[in-house]
Amino acid sequence: MSDDAATTGKPLFTPFNVIAGIIVVLGLIVTVLRFTAGLDAVTNLSDYNPWGIWIGFDLLVGVALAAGGFVTSAAVYLFGMKKYHSAVRPAILTGFLGYALVVIALNYDVGRPWRLPYPFIIQQGTTSLLFEVAACVALYLTVLFVEFSPAAMEWLGLKRARKLVVRLTILLTIFGVVLSTLHQSSLGALFLIAPAKLHPLWYSPYIPVFFFISAIIAGLSMVIFESTLSHRFFADKMDEAHLKEKDTVALGFGKAASLVLAGYFIIKVIGISESNNWHLLPTNYGLWFLVELLGFIALPSFLYAVGVRDKNIKLIKWTAAWTVLGIAINRLNISLIAFNWHLPASERYFPHWMEIVITVFLVTLGILAFRFIVTRMPILYSHPDYEDH
Amino acid sequence: MSITRRKFLGWLGAATAGTTIGKTANAASNKQFSGYPNSMGVLFDNTRCIGCRKCEEGCNKVNELPAPDKPFDDLTVLDTKRRTDPKAYTIVNRFDAVSNANIKGPLYRKVQCNHCLEPACASACFVRAFTKTQKGAVIYDESVCVGCRYCMIACPFEIPTYEYDSAFDPRVMKCTMCSPRIEKGLLPGCVQSCPTEALTYGKRTDLLKVARRRINKFPDRYVNHIYGEKEMGGTNWLYLSAVPFKEVGMREDLGATPAPKLTAGALSGVPIVVGLWPVLLTGIYAMNKRKEKIAKEETNLAVAAAVEQANAEAKANQKAEIEALNKMKQKEIDNAVKKALEEAAKPEDEDEGDAQSEKAEKKPSEEGS
Amino acid sequence: MDGAIHTLQEYMLHTESITYILIVGALLGITFFWLFLSQRDDDEE
Repeated sequence: MSDDAATTGKPLFTPFNVIAGIIVVLGLIVTVLRFTAGLDAVTNLSDYNPWGIWIGFDLLVGVALAAGGFVTSAAVYLFGMKKYHSAVRPAILTGFLGYALVVIALNYDVGRPWRLPYPFIIQQGTTSLLFEVAACVALYLTVLFVEFSPAAMEWLGLKRARKLVVRLTILLTIFGVVLSTLHQSSLGALFLIAPAKLHPLWYSPYIPVFFFISAIIAGLSMVIFESTLSHRFFADKMDEAHLKEKDTVALGFGKAASLVLAGYFIIKVIGISESNNWHLLPTNYGLWFLVELLGFIALPSFLYAVGVRDKNIKLIKWTAAWTVLGIAINRLNISLIAFNWHLPASERYFPHWMEIVITVFLVTLGILAFRFIVTRMPILYSHPDYEDH
Repeated sequence: MSITRRKFLGWLGAATAGTTIGKTANAASNKQFSGYPNSMGVLFDNTRCIGCRKCEEGCNKVNELPAPDKPFDDLTVLDTKRRTDPKAYTIVNRFDAVSNANIKGPLYRKVQCNHCLEPACASACFVRAFTKTQKGAVIYDESVCVGCRYCMIACPFEIPTYEYDSAFDPRVMKCTMCSPRIEKGLLPGCVQSCPTEALTYGKRTDLLKVARRRINKFPDRYVNHIYGEKEMGGTNWLYLSAVPFKEVGMREDLGATPAPKLTAGALSGVPIVVGLWPVLLTGIYAMNKRKEKIAKEETNLAVAAAVEQANAEAKANQKAEIEALNKMKQKEIDNAVKKALEEAAKPEDEDEGDAQSEKAEKKPSEEGS
Repeated sequence: MDGAIHTLQEYMLHTESITYILIVGALLGITFFWLFLSQRDDDEE
């Protein structure tokens, strides 16, 4: 993986490649340890804390940040915003890789990963929200794979197959939105069964709605963030349409993100009121909640608005990164930081360094796969032989 | 991808399992469920417990669990707070501060699965590894368990534990209420080995009566609360205590809502999204397509109109030009006729050059008129 | 026991299992119904 730069004619030992190589080697070592010595050897998971960062970050944050795929394809294909067309393929690729990594991470986290298809083929626990999440994630990964496939088919020259898939675009987009709505919200709903463990400021009957709306925000922000990075590192791969539409995408998505953040802020405040949690605000957890509410919801909403009004692309980009960070913090709050808040500090969870190695390893794999694909397939440019769909 | 086909087959399986049985709800009209009518339970009375750890030993023996690090007769382990773990389905904790003046010495609390009437673990499990038996036990089937550990997230009593140290066949470990034994009519291991009758095994409905009777008989000895009667919708294990339950490490803030109810709302939202989102999204798509079509038609119409107008204008111009040309021609003819007539009328002797110049002078004025 | 449901958990397992089957049917059904509905539109792709 780490040496794919060689094929593109660039020097092999760039700083990026060296660091990526070290991470991959470390990751592989820990992988061997995980699958030969068990979870205990590489994680700090315990009977009180059955879920660590592989669920809190890799699954919850990963799925939220991969929402760009359904948001962008819905905007372009269903809502008719054709001027963002150039953002579709990078967003779908990011989404597909994101979900693929989520599934890989799950293989590390569950005790018997070879049984992951069991809920579908052996016995269905339909009362579990996790069943719903699993079904939707599996289906949506398939949908994303098919949505991404035209780019690979153009690269491989499979014209007829591509034509067939392109005809399914609208159907796939609608399926993608339905499945995303369901599993994004259900990831939040997973915690509905544990009111005794999640801090009341984060536990809310609205939590499925919070998760869905914040996933839209994460998706919009990730498209801006990812396009910034792509432009920085793969500008030579971009065609004129992509370069020209880049700022249009930032302005349009920034505006949308600002508005959705405003709505999210409103329903979060209503959430406090509906659960009558005002008295919890002047506590330590309350202050942390306010940091999230004001610093990572209200502030980016305002900054996006200023950026859009002033056509300040730079501000929009920084706000996008800040918003992505905010959504990540929200997911970690719910799964780890405000979860098990009633336990004494000695029984709380902090990730083992090897858990962090695996997480960094998987993110690195994602970046390497992204680079491998955009340097070969028509993601950041339109293939001259094919019409846009 | 093969997983979709597998999933579909799986759902077919669910279809047959779900529909062929054709179940009817016990009280279908108001959807109230009170659990299996003759389910069994255990009543733990902490005023009778002496902290001897015999129940731990009995449990260990009948469940064939590995030997503990320290022997069961070593009571120093009670100095630290413990919890259930993969090697111990049940443990006893000691609480030294006793707020009830009628009780001497420390109080003990036995911890094990409470065997909820509506188990959160069963509701949360996506492979149905947990079953509530008619006898009241919540049992676990390791042959389907994937190891997601959502049951441990869901359990409000923090009972299920996991064999994190096993690489190839880790299991969720928890008290089974000695289900195999009680099915045979035997006592659970812990109950059988309790020397002080701190544990009473019996029908849950009977145990509630027993507990109520004890409270009524010794109101100073007990707090007026049977823990497990209502907690999380009720449990098959019931507790009597000399002090408020939170003083012996039991949560009093769990509420009476059974676990499946907590997720019922979110689950019922799923089919609504599936039913209405495609309609909404297809509608939006169709509207946008129509809008595009109309915009295209309007553009076409506008273009056509513009072309037509241009054509009409061009035609009009052409006509005018032709007319002007005709007029000019007519004038020229007229002039030529006139000139010819004039020339014919002129005297012969007049200079030809004069006549020419005169004509040249005259022509502009004529054209102007 | 006698085919009767005694717990909310069992009841929800029953209803949700049927719901999931209906969901799959609904997704397929609405797709084909849309094709049927718009088949004779002259501008359908």
